[in-house]
Amino acid sequence: MSKLTSLFNEKKHNLLSVFFTAGFPKLNDTEIIIKSLENSGVDFIEVGLPYSDPLADGPTIQHSSSVALSNGMNLDLIFNHLEALKGSVKIPLVLMGYLNQIIKYGDVKFCQRCKDCGIETVIIPDLPMIEYESHYKALFAEYNISNVFLITPQTSVERIRKIDEMSNAFIYVVASSSITGAKGEISEKQIAYFKRIEQMNLKSVLIAGFGISDKSTFNKACEYMNGAIIGSAFINYLSDNGSSTITKFVGDILD
Amino acid sequence: MSYFVDKNGYYGQFGGAFIPELLHPNVQELEDNYLKILESESFKNEFRDLLDTYVGRPTPLYLAKRLSEKFGATIYLKREDLCHTGAHKINNTIGQILVAKHLGKKRIIAETGAGQHGVATATVCALMNLECIVFMGEVDIKRQAPNVARMKMLGAKVVPATSGSKTLKDATNEAIRDWIGNPEDTYYLIGSVVGPHPYPDMVARLQSVISKEIKEQLKAQTGNENPDMVIACVGGGSNAAGAFYHYLDEEKVDLIAVEAAGLGVNSGESAATSQLGEVGVLHGSKTILMQDEFGQVTEPYSISAGLDYPGIGPLHAFLHESKRAIFMNATDQEALDAAYELTKIEGIIPALETAHALAVLHKMKFEKNQVVVINLSGRGDKDLETYIANLKDE
Ligand SMILES: Cc1ncc(COP(=O)(O)O)c(C=O)c1O
Repeated sequence: MSKLTSLFNEKKHNLLSVFFTAGFPKLNDTEIIIKSLENSGVDFIEVGLPYSDPLADGPTIQHSSSVALSNGMNLDLIFNHLEALKGSVKIPLVLMGYLNQIIKYGDVKFCQRCKDCGIETVIIPDLPMIEYESHYKALFAEYNISNVFLITPQTSVERIRKIDEMSNAFIYVVASSSITGAKGEISEKQIAYFKRIEQMNLKSVLIAGFGISDKSTFNKACEYMNGAIIGSAFINYLSDNGSSTITKFVGDILD
Repeated sequence: MSYFVDKNGYYGQFGGAFIPELLHPNVQELEDNYLKILESESFKNEFRDLLDTYVGRPTPLYLAKRLSEKFGATIYLKREDLCHTGAHKINNTIGQILVAKHLGKKRIIAETGAGQHGVATATVCALMNLECIVFMGEVDIKRQAPNVARMKMLGAKVVPATSGSKTLKDATNEAIRDWIGNPEDTYYLIGSVVGPHPYPDMVARLQSVISKEIKEQLKAQTGNENPDMVIACVGGGSNAAGAFYHYLDEEKVDLIAVEAAGLGVNSGESAATSQLGEVGVLHGSKTILMQDEFGQVTEPYSISAGLDYPGIGPLHAFLHESKRAIFMNATDQEALDAAYELTKIEGIIPALETAHALAVLHKMKFEKNQVVVINLSGRGDKDLETYIANLKDE
């Protein structure tokens, strides 16, 4: 059983995940960020692979990616950092990155290194379901890697059912029709959408993301979803405060 | 071998639709409808009518006598530079704006490099009374100022792309991000044979009017509809796709695609994608793109904003891999020289993009009576500043 599945078996509500871009703000911050997040009670972590052209990301994550890349971050280094942490980090780590990096790195080598680092879950925003099925499903299965699919307010019921069928980690419920970025509030329209998804009685764990930024939006999302992911707001926090006071950021959300 | 898109949206291993789930409904809607629309009588009539009466088609196929004499071949120029707005780009925008109307879209977004596609999009939006937003790299806004002014005059909003290299690739990223945020009312009017399926096929079909006319005109002028060779420049590849389209299955016709070498293919300042690129995914399509050892997209360089793109359309990636087309390239200087040359001996100032296609004449040996068609994709008005700045007093 994967670490994520064990987590979901134990805990079904208020799951908090935090996203950060590896190599930001400093090249070697991966360890301190992951350990601080774990120690402050985050349930699982998304490690973003910085990319030159992150199509689904807003200015905050774009900026963190370009800083990380100019710091010299690359896929080899990220895997080295994660491999070094393998024994000491208990909570699940999920890799999030764009497909071109994986193609260039080599699909098989990518999977092998994930396995070496104990990574069992990936999110590849520009890998659509049809391409996943025909080119990646079998390979990922061989390495015990689960792929996370996204759904949005525009995703049809039929497609959501199919995604639910294909998912064995969680479904990433994109909270609004937009790129990533911290927003103020969760609107009535978003709540109606969360309710609609909740009422579908899907088998998969539902985690909301995109625009979840603080205690209030996190709690609101958790009324309907199993948990939520905070990304841009955390990156903004790191920009302003560096990596030494992460516990405070998480504390403010969970207290 | 088929050079046309297969039912899954692929040209060999290239193509597909590598898009975030957020774009799935938009792209699916287009895929479900584009062929139905393009093949409907009402679309065909409207498209033909606008091409004839608004764009100014058919464009002439001009026998360039002095150029022919100079190179010892029979050289024809397909005069896309005489299209309304000054380049082939409008063939595509007229077609897609009709598609957008059929789909009931109210808001049009586009990316632009040289500004030609932006102008062509702003023009058809003015014509159809639709809102128009054009994303353009900050660097390109500076080097193509006249086109920025034209777009604004046409009523378009020009939004600077300030991420990455601040050129065409980044403008495309910004357009895609906007589309993600506006999935219902917005149509993304892409400017070349790039992007997720069905865009490459749709744009190639709309631009294929170029080779359809070349065939008819050559037949009328020489008795034979097939030349020995067709030459076109490739940024994303739309003018080349249009000029090659009806010759793809005529294996005796050599197809020459010309990329921008910038300061030289191996100078580190180049946009010769087929020479420098590797297989990957860019802007929703599996293709050949310029990237570093970790798959980060690298910043291309060319003096010509319209060729300053790190990828090529999937059709061209396939034509390259299958060797159906021969890929050549020209440097900034070679393109400038070719532009001055054409201006002097034929009285035609070509666009800088087009000048790359002309430049390779110097790199080939012709046999007498060899028939060569060069797609003169655009005119040089927008590049006058660059031409004047580089003109050496003689
Ligand atoms: C005159 C002209 N030719 C060629 C191009 C390159 O585009 P494509 O390769 O799609 O024809 C451009 C792009 O702006 C252009 O303006």
